[in-house]
Amino acid sequence: MTGINYHGIWAIYRTEMQRAFRTIWQSIITPVITTALYFIVFGAAIGSHMQQLGGVDYGAFIVPGLMMLTILTQSISNASIAIYFPKFTGTLFELLSAPLSAFEAVLAYVGAAATKSIGIGLIILLTATFFVRVEILHPVWMVAFLVITSVAFSLFGFIIGIWARSFEQLAIVPSLVVTPLTFLGGAFYSIDMLSEPWRTISLFNPVVYLVSGFRWSFHGVGDVSLVASLAFMTGFMALCLGVLWWMFRTGYRLKP
Amino acid sequence: MRVEAMPPILSVAGLEKHYDSGLTALGGVDLEVRRGEIFALLGPNGAGKTTLISIICGTVTMTSGKVLVGGHDVVTDFRAARSIIGLVPQEIALDIFSTVWNTVVFSRGLFGRSPDPAYLEQILRDLSLWEKRNSKVIELSGGMKRRVMIAKALSHEPELLFLDEPTAGVDVNLRRDMWALVRRLRDKGVTIVLTTHYIEEAEDMADRVGVIEKGRILLVEDMTTLMEKLGKRRLTLVLQHPMAAIPPELAGWPLELQADGQQLLYTFDANAEGTGVPGLLKRLGELGIDFKDLDTERSSLEEIFISLLEPAR
Repeated sequence: MTGINYHGIWAIYRTEMQRAFRTIWQSIITPVITTALYFIVFGAAIGSHMQQLGGVDYGAFIVPGLMMLTILTQSISNASIAIYFPKFTGTLFELLSAPLSAFEAVLAYVGAAATKSIGIGLIILLTATFFVRVEILHPVWMVAFLVITSVAFSLFGFIIGIWARSFEQLAIVPSLVVTPLTFLGGAFYSIDMLSEPWRTISLFNPVVYLVSGFRWSFHGVGDVSLVASLAFMTGFMALCLGVLWWMFRTGYRLKP
Repeated sequence: MRVEAMPPILSVAGLEKHYDSGLTALGGVDLEVRRGEIFALLGPNGAGKTTLISIICGTVTMTSGKVLVGGHDVVTDFRAARSIIGLVPQEIALDIFSTVWNTVVFSRGLFGRSPDPAYLEQILRDLSLWEKRNSKVIELSGGMKRRVMIAKALSHEPELLFLDEPTAGVDVNLRRDMWALVRRLRDKGVTIVLTTHYIEEAEDMADRVGVIEKGRILLVEDMTTLMEKLGKRRLTLVLQHPMAAIPPELAGWPLELQADGQQLLYTFDANAEGTGVPGLLKRLGELGIDFKDLDTERSSLEEIFISLLEPAR
């Protein structure tokens, strides 16, 4: 057998998606309820006392940030559990003994994780339309940002899943790093509202670039330039791919 | 074509595995397994059996050496090599939330084969799993789970099947089923490499046997040759009257007394030209030593195995 193992990629992708569909209602209801809560608290309760941000109603302003917040955490948790669980239960042996390259394995697992994130992102967007009027100025860029972010953070999650040796370690990065960075990354405010030095410090927060680019695709305004956002995303994805390449090459925490 | 004339399905040369901890799991293993045979790999715990199998299958990285499966290098040409290997590891490891059918379909796809429901049905029927195909793995008994492991390993029609301790902790029925299946697979041309602690099983099943100890292969031999070469036979005579000592007239035979002098034990080479038994019996008659029963037995592979490991320890 030569060439790409399409059957193998499809087998993993399908199994991962089946896992998601087994808990389809959890997968849908959780983001819907969370989004609704955010809109009730931030949009209705606080937003009504806030002025427009960059010419956009506060309720509509937080939609991209809210989507990003969920996409980041979902991508990381989906992809990390997808590879950590086989490690934990011992079924990883089958993946390692299969005629499947590292690239194909990553493509299948990350593809499935990213698909789920994109789905959830779209569910949130749909939920948001029940609360606020959402306008998307650059729909193609919006989809591009959605896909790139989902893939990049699924790659990142995959790395965490390989690295983690316990469920605690698996949970530590999303809860202690990603969620704070997202909240401080301008998901619910524009970093222009901050006074110095906090504004400059915020520029070192990678999530700022994601949220900013994504918000630009919605409202045509962002905190940083589109080029900076794209450069960050590409760089981050390249870094993740490089780390994964090294992990599979050396068998790091995958095989002794 | 004679089986021996074909290139080996598995060829291992100079295989070494040293762990970072400094442990040497394999210290230069050379081994060839012939196409279509049942090969038993025997060795005590920690001898390197599982490490050897794991390296061949790709779940452990080798330090140095070369492994060819069906002529394909397992590192540089891993796709071709791995697609003909089936592995049933020692530990049961399954996605417990999946159904039996889905997990078998998954395995076949993972190994790059196009779907073949009829073939998978046959495997599940052979393993008495067909009725359970829609059950979740978590609902199955331990024995059933082990059958699922085998079904998964067979799902992509491997030419070389590794069974690592397939009968450990398995009840009599499943064990019998398992060996019947192994024979059927062999008849279809599948090569089987197995490790087992039950040496009598290896003796029954295997065409050839390899003994591994401390990461080195001590011996590889045809089962029949091994039994002939190293096997001993024993003649036990149950005496009419107990003896205090062996009479000097019988000094020519290597005899032992046991059971408080009630039994006389004579050990001889299984394949020697003359066994010496008729001469011994005649001499006993002349000396007036009566016996009321006699029994002969052949030494088991287990005894041969232990005697092989003695000097290595």
